Amino acid sequence: MSVVIDKVFALSTKIIALLVLLIVAWIFTVLLQHSMESINAFGFDFLTETKWAPNLEKFGALPAITGSVISTFLAMLLAVPIAIGVAIFLSEIAHHRLKAPVGVSIELLAAIPSVVYGMWGLFYFVPIIRDLFGGLGIGMLTAGIVLAIMILPFMAAVTRDAMDTTPDILKESAYALGATKWDVVKDIIVPYAKAGIIGSLILALGRAIGETMAVTFVMGNVHKISTDLTAPATSIPVTLANEFTEADTDLYFSSLFELSLILLVISFTIISIAKFYFLRRKRSL
Amino acid sequence: MTYRNKRIIMNNIIMTLSTISAFIGLGFLFWILGVLVFNGIEALNLAIFINEGAPPGYEQSGLKHALVGQLLIVLYATAIGVPLGVMAGTYLSEYGQGSKLAETIRDISDIMMSAPSIVIGAFVYAIIVIPMGHFSGYAGAAALAIIMIPIILRTTDDMLQLVPSTLREAAFALGAPKYKVIIQVVYRGAKAGVLTGILLGIARVAGETAPLLFTSFNDNFMNTDMSEAMASLTVTMYNYATSPYEDWQRLGWAAAFILSMFILGLNIIGRLFLLRKRGK
Repeated sequence: MSVVIDKVFALSTKIIALLVLLIVAWIFTVLLQHSMESINAFGFDFLTETKWAPNLEKFGALPAITGSVISTFLAMLLAVPIAIGVAIFLSEIAHHRLKAPVGVSIELLAAIPSVVYGMWGLFYFVPIIRDLFGGLGIGMLTAGIVLAIMILPFMAAVTRDAMDTTPDILKESAYALGATKWDVVKDIIVPYAKAGIIGSLILALGRAIGETMAVTFVMGNVHKISTDLTAPATSIPVTLANEFTEADTDLYFSSLFELSLILLVISFTIISIAKFYFLRRKRSL
Repeated sequence: MTYRNKRIIMNNIIMTLSTISAFIGLGFLFWILGVLVFNGIEALNLAIFINEGAPPGYEQSGLKHALVGQLLIVLYATAIGVPLGVMAGTYLSEYGQGSKLAETIRDISDIMMSAPSIVIGAFVYAIIVIPMGHFSGYAGAAALAIIMIPIILRTTDDMLQLVPSTLREAAFALGAPKYKVIIQVVYRGAKAGVLTGILLGIARVAGETAPLLFTSFNDNFMNTDMSEAMASLTVTMYNYATSPYEDWQRLGWAAAFILSMFILGLNIIGRLFLLRKRGK
């Protein structure tokens, strides 16, 4: 009897584990299937066309793709130095009594829903940008900054974790030789934890590019590529969030599905690079 | 001597910059937290928990519909996501040592953990909302469950592996079949860790908005029928905050406050579990 139960238990865990793979494959298949109409209609022009005009049944993804790339780039530009600063602060500068509370509060802030960051951006940050640069205050620049703030806790926490993998004995040896804190950071921690640090930053990039709610409030959803960073713009997630429930034709829907597929492929690629190239998990067993 | 001075000056510059950036980062984050708490507490009152949604300007408006909807959607998502995640994690840790299949599942699941949640929403829209013909609470729960599974899987896998193999061997030596070893020895040993993983998983999906936008959609009134469109705190927050009406915006902040406190609470409880476990 217990042999049977044993077999059933083993088999059901295996089937459920396989289900995870199945779901991922299913997601790609379904998105591709629903994108077919748009793929057939526009082909590769979808990626290079700048016009997104639902009323004319004309759809081009370039403004959304550019918007995703630029807003994420801006966010990384702002967040990476600060996140590294926070990580250095936490691992080398902060007094040991300060380390835990500050570290934990950063981790807790990473848990705050991104929609809250978006709301804050809309009510408190947009007016500041409007006063500083004129215009609506809604656009690429605002989105980049809010995205940077939203991704900062996650980025700082994983970067600190990567830095903390450096064995204390290495750091202590360097200090014993008269190294300054900066010497330790640049000559001990960075060489030792380089892969981990870069991987953490890329992982945060992968998250930022798919982040929806922090930017939807402050982006404006205007399908136009502009050299003016303070002008309203759009990105893939913003377009999806704003237009999915409004789409009224099959081609419109299909184009939105193709956008989802593009987003999934981009972030899957970025996260895979981070995971496989930089963050190979070491299994102890 | 000059080289030494140069190093010390460089050190002071960089360390000051690091400290400043830490304070800039923390400053922004506490600004947001302050705004959340200030606006949230100001908007909070008993009526919010008693009344349903109402047109703007109407005094008797509340968030009961969104609270109930959120609870139901997260509850269903947990009911689907937790057993699946725990079982899959069990396979990886207990049956899949060294197997190529387990390694692949582990990697793919890890990637899914960071995949854009709005894409999951689009997927569920295609497989549930289109065939059903309308938005539904079930669709929202399914989207959240899909997001939850990789999180639970990862923590279960990690936590089960922390259980010393000597414990398993001792149980095997007594003649226990493998499923009994897993359920009565391994699960018991990893209880606190797995539970923490579940709490963090719930906390993570409870704050998700994007995958609900076009799955459970929204409803301004009380609804406990999961097969219909359903309000959630997150989507309500989004709709109310982007509306031009001040009383709706206030309700949006109240929703943000309630949800954030719930999520922070789960995170803190989860951490305490682990701490207590380690303290023993």
